[in-house]
Amino acid sequence: MNITRRHLLILLPAAAVAWESVLAGTPEEAPNYKKTDHWWGMLIDIPKCIGCGNCVRACQAENDVPDGFFRTWVERYHVEDWNLANPEVISPDGGKEGFPSVAEDSNGKYFFVPKLCNHCADSPCTQVCPVGATFISPDGVVLVDQTYCMGCAYCVQACPYGCRYIHPQKRVADKCTLCYHRITKGLTTACCEACPTGARQLADLKNPKDPIHAFLKTHTVQVLKPQMATGAKVFYNALDGSVR
Amino acid sequence: MPGVEGFMYPNEVSLYWSVLIVLYPYITGLVAGAFILASLVRVFRVEAVGPTYRLALLTALAFLIVAPMPLQLHLGHPERSFEMYLTPHRTSAMAMFGFVYLWYLMAVLTVEIWLDYRGDIVMMSQTTRGWRRLLYRVLTLGSANVSERALHIDERVGWFITLIGVPSAILLHGYVGFIFGSIKANPWWSSPLMPVVFIFSAMVSGIAAVLLLYMAMMRLRREPIDMRCVDTIAQYMLYIFIIDFSLEMLDLIHRIYEADESFRSLDFMVHTKLWSSQVVLQICIGTLVPIVLVGLVQVTRLSSAVRKRIYAISGSLTLIGVLAMRWNVVIGGQLFSKSFLGYTTYKMGLATREGLLVSIALIILPLFILAALVKLLPPWPQKRQEAAAASAPAH
Amino acid sequence: MSIFRDAGHLFRLAGVYLAGTLLFLVVRAVVVPHSFGQYGHYRGAAIAEIAAKPLHFAGHQTCEACHSDVARTKASGMHAHVNCEACHGPLAKHAADPSIDPGKPDVATLCVRCHAASAARPKDFPQVDADQHADGVPCNTCHQPHSPAIGPASAASGGAK
Repeated sequence: MNITRRHLLILLPAAAVAWESVLAGTPEEAPNYKKTDHWWGMLIDIPKCIGCGNCVRACQAENDVPDGFFRTWVERYHVEDWNLANPEVISPDGGKEGFPSVAEDSNGKYFFVPKLCNHCADSPCTQVCPVGATFISPDGVVLVDQTYCMGCAYCVQACPYGCRYIHPQKRVADKCTLCYHRITKGLTTACCEACPTGARQLADLKNPKDPIHAFLKTHTVQVLKPQMATGAKVFYNALDGSVR
Repeated sequence: MPGVEGFMYPNEVSLYWSVLIVLYPYITGLVAGAFILASLVRVFRVEAVGPTYRLALLTALAFLIVAPMPLQLHLGHPERSFEMYLTPHRTSAMAMFGFVYLWYLMAVLTVEIWLDYRGDIVMMSQTTRGWRRLLYRVLTLGSANVSERALHIDERVGWFITLIGVPSAILLHGYVGFIFGSIKANPWWSSPLMPVVFIFSAMVSGIAAVLLLYMAMMRLRREPIDMRCVDTIAQYMLYIFIIDFSLEMLDLIHRIYEADESFRSLDFMVHTKLWSSQVVLQICIGTLVPIVLVGLVQVTRLSSAVRKRIYAISGSLTLIGVLAMRWNVVIGGQLFSKSFLGYTTYKMGLATREGLLVSIALIILPLFILAALVKLLPPWPQKRQEAAAASAPAH
Repeated sequence: MSIFRDAGHLFRLAGVYLAGTLLFLVVRAVVVPHSFGQYGHYRGAAIAEIAAKPLHFAGHQTCEACHSDVARTKASGMHAHVNCEACHGPLAKHAADPSIDPGKPDVATLCVRCHAASAARPKDFPQVDADQHADGVPCNTCHQPHSPAIGPASAASGGAK
């Protein structure tokens, strides 16, 4: 049984990725991946998020995120009636283990907001890097060259969304890579893979066949803090005005 | 979460810029301020402050040497900091620091000091012995030409360097303000007034530092303090302080009146976490008291002994006030959440790499460097006269 | 010509600075990584290095390559859109070497993570008050996780293991 499964694996297209090199981490990209053919972003469907924390745990498992820091996290908003200016927000341990149950509030509403790097097209973080250690890749992903970063934390200060941190052991800037090591191999991100409800969808904005284009036609979407004019590429469906 | 009130984005709980980043604009500001004071003599021909000219230059140099140290200590990988020179990112205000700093250190301050001291250096390379003789000989760059004409050229070139130096000093510190003022993500920092406020507070602190150093050194040397000199310095400090305070109040009033999305959050912070360091220390003790004290000297007739005391007290309070201002900008800008829904707490280490002891050492270090510089390149007029007597064709 | 003689020390100073600048340019040419500037103001080789990081989640396509039976069961049920590793956790190691035991998820903590009743959750999402609903009986006594609805559809596709 094991042998046939293994043979099957070798024959299948997904296996064309060549598991050995994928797992060994050889510095080669997937054979057919062309950086200029993609422009990556994400769609987050707030009404679908159940606050299970799967994405946070998946991200930490996939990317060795240090304790107490988050490449992605989930916030729970509680907004009373029309009081958009004063939401009550919690994110215990980044929502990693979910959220405490709440009873119905006749006067307000609850909802979850998953957060991650917005992979801004006009990113304020890459703008301020003094040495060119963080950058927007040709396929629109904001990355950190951790062998070049000197750990000044200017980028951390410049991010309006709190998506960056200094890795306590590596002493360099760390952040969401949009699972660059996965999406360049035809896989989705760890958070999207682990999301049970499809609340998170990786989106290739350059690919006309990507389902995001049909979705955007029929839904009201917004980015976080649009007044910051960062060209954020993480789009939120049905984002409440209280979210910041 | 300990130390957190309300909601912080999870990555915001710990501060990324420590007390060392408070010291960096503070020390850089002292440099810029001391240089501006020196330029008063040279460019603006304020002869009354002449006795502090050389001391101001050496003070600027001593602090400028220390200025990058807090930055280096704070970096996660200091060994990579040279990348700022190798591959500077043009859109980064911080990358420009490397060049502005180098320009200011190498092209302005060092050259001006060298030109001004060249006559003394040549003389000392002949009168001293041992390693000092060697050092002075190296500093002459192998040219012992101190002819009247050569010194006249030095005088003209030095004047020109000072002329370039004034905008350079303003650039050096204005850019430090821009590092903070240009961060649109942070409403506490993001303000076009930030560089201007930084420049004026820098001038105030630098002038106060030289004033204190001059009075202290005269006391140590048991020499009389030139009262016309310190009166004039204090006057300049007062005027610039009034401009600085007006700008800071303008910024505050503007924020209160506009009351944008961040206002309630920042207002709460000023009334709680920053109350003692901002309102009490920076505004009341560190600004209003020295302004009133030095202002009092202008409108009353006080004995020189009282004036000296007033200058010593207001100078010290000014230095504390400007340090508090840097603290409130740097630390205050990280205490509130960019979601405007919560606050965190800064816990300063004691003996850590970015802790209190290192900070104190970094503030004291420039004084030791200054002491060494004063030994090597004595700024006192008596020595200069002796030098003039020793080497025939001096100024 | 005396102007040149009397300004001689200035030329010496200029010489020192020029030498310093030249030295810097030489060091710069040697030290800056070769791929710097390949795509923009950064080390181009960094992109490939980041892309070469090891995987932990194999991706459901890979799982389904071998576990086609489970994939079929799942496709017709309520969990059709829940990917394998959402519950089973990251299993790239198992995919590379099937002899590595992937272990079994703990239903006691797993199911309630999504299905514990909370007013914060979307109204149309199935939720239960675990204590009242099952009275301590494990979820998979009645529900087959790969096709959790109770009824003929679930029974026909294999049932609980």
